Amino acid sequence: MRIELSKRSQQSAWWQLASPFLAFLLTLIAGAIVFAALGKNPALGLYYFFIDPLTELWSLHELTVKAGPLILIAVGLCVCYRSNNWNIGAEGQFIMGAVLASALPILAPGFQNFMTLPLMLLLGMLGGALYAGIPALLKARFNANEILTSLMLVYVAQLFLDWLVRGVWRDPKGFAFPGSIRFPPAATIPEIIPSQGAAHYGFLLAILAAIIVWFFLGRTLKGFEVRVIGLSPRAGRFAGFSSSGMVFFSFMLSGALAGLAGISEVSGAIGQLREVISPGYGFTAIIVAFLGRLNPLGAIMAGLLLALTYLGGEAAQQSLGISLRAVRVFQGMLLFFVLACDTLIIYKVRFVGTRKTEVVS
Amino acid sequence: MDMFQNILITIATAATPLLIAALGELVVERSGVLNLGVEGMMVMGAVTGFAVALSTGNPWLGMLAGTIVGALFSQLFAFLVLSVATNQVATGLSLTLLGLGLSGMIGESFVGQPGIKLPNVEIPMLSELPVVGKLLFGQDPIFYIALALVFSVWWFLFRTRAGLTLRSIGDNHDSAHALGIKVLRIRYLAVAFGGACAGLAGAHLTLVYTPQWIENMTAGRGWIALALVVFASWRPARVLAGAYLFGAVSIGQLHAQALGLGIPSQLLSSLPYLATILVLVIISQNRRLTLINTPASLGRPFVPDR
Repeated sequence: MRIELSKRSQQSAWWQLASPFLAFLLTLIAGAIVFAALGKNPALGLYYFFIDPLTELWSLHELTVKAGPLILIAVGLCVCYRSNNWNIGAEGQFIMGAVLASALPILAPGFQNFMTLPLMLLLGMLGGALYAGIPALLKARFNANEILTSLMLVYVAQLFLDWLVRGVWRDPKGFAFPGSIRFPPAATIPEIIPSQGAAHYGFLLAILAAIIVWFFLGRTLKGFEVRVIGLSPRAGRFAGFSSSGMVFFSFMLSGALAGLAGISEVSGAIGQLREVISPGYGFTAIIVAFLGRLNPLGAIMAGLLLALTYLGGEAAQQSLGISLRAVRVFQGMLLFFVLACDTLIIYKVRFVGTRKTEVVS
Repeated sequence: MDMFQNILITIATAATPLLIAALGELVVERSGVLNLGVEGMMVMGAVTGFAVALSTGNPWLGMLAGTIVGALFSQLFAFLVLSVATNQVATGLSLTLLGLGLSGMIGESFVGQPGIKLPNVEIPMLSELPVVGKLLFGQDPIFYIALALVFSVWWFLFRTRAGLTLRSIGDNHDSAHALGIKVLRIRYLAVAFGGACAGLAGAHLTLVYTPQWIENMTAGRGWIALALVVFASWRPARVLAGAYLFGAVSIGQLHAQALGLGIPSQLLSSLPYLATILVLVIISQNRRLTLINTPASLGRPFVPDR
């Protein structure tokens, strides 16, 4: 059997809507197979992964805590990928945003008033944007491949954070654990309903960012520029759009959002700087961006779903003894299926058998 | 003198996996496909190699298994990119993400277990030569395979008809298709070769370089291999130079850490990554050189019209 693709005259509107759902369905099937291969009950495995976390209030709160950073980062990546700038170093920008913003409560613990938190959020965006500015500069000025440079900078950022919390920023009263001082209340993003669970205002920030960027992409001239340069760099040049300007713009915007996600996580969920502050949000957000079809509003839905896999992984580990690492396998499979299903939007797919029997989908 | 020779040997050992993975990717990219999944294929090769060697007691079987798994794993990417015409950048990334996840799951029970090291080759007499003896005649077998691979890849690409065909696909897949060349079939084979090389490179990590399994132990080597291909402007001999340069940087920083010069170890550990960026910048700056050497169809999807 062979697959034959033929280009559609127009992108299929139906598949644009349906492809993420089909991809999710295929992931469920593949997941069931993985569970069966591990000798676990597939139905039970899927239940714990995707439904159990939704049955309790505290865990819904956790869902927003995990979804917040994913959505924030993915929204920025939407702009990058739409304009054909491959920023895959969001994990590093997340860290550097958190680091720069944490400097305020760590270096000036006495500065505690209503300005502390807004300043920290701004510093977070600045840190992420500046760090994303490095691969942007190297691409625009020196033509260096942004995929490789932005990724290399992730390792550098992780090592830098490690040095800070084990060295100069280490809390001397922190016992054996490397980490900074715990942030004072004025430097902590408050919880939305403290009596119910851990959800903090960072999640609302993410939703807000998604709506703003959605409006920006669809309704403003600059947003139009992003889409034109992404679809056809040549057309962009004729229209007088600067492609190197777009490199800086898209990288620094997504860096700023990743940095904001970083400080929102550190200040809202963790409460101090530690040597590891992210379970790979910067990479998972790439999956979120694609699952949301590079649409900021789609990223909200996709971010919630990917956040669910983190919680579901924990639930499945506790109940069925399935390795926590299954989460990353699920996430990787999901991206594969998303990419494959997106082909249905642009191409008609025919399965050609050896006996020339054809199934049209 | 012994110290100096030992340093040279460790540099060679550190360079070998980079060299093999980069050579594989070079062939893939010469055929016009950009596979960003090197890190994922490498880590899959590393974990299978370790697991098979441990359960059979035979490190050679481990090497073989790592190579085969690398090739098989690459076909997942090949199917999506070639038959389903997905975005190559995103698909390669997902191969890396999936590989890191899967290897973590497979390797869970092997964490902390002592591994088996592939025995060194000792060519009698010659390996006792001063200074270069051990370096040239007493290394691990994969070291020699890697060097042979440099020559074979060069010879294949630039001295055989099949190599010319492969390069022509990479430069213009539409013309190649019009000439009746089976573009997709050759690309499938190229991607499989790249996967086998990445798998072998990964198995080298767990069976020669540090005979144990640690999650994510490739630590960006797959990405450095990708950068090496750009650094080498798609030429095998220059990959050799680049891989040894990076081997020297990563071993150099390890020795500097051991000496304890008062430089933060994290700064030293980040040197290979910073060096990668620096090298990319220096090479890419010359836009004309890059333009001449880059396979013109690199990263572009190909859908044959029928």
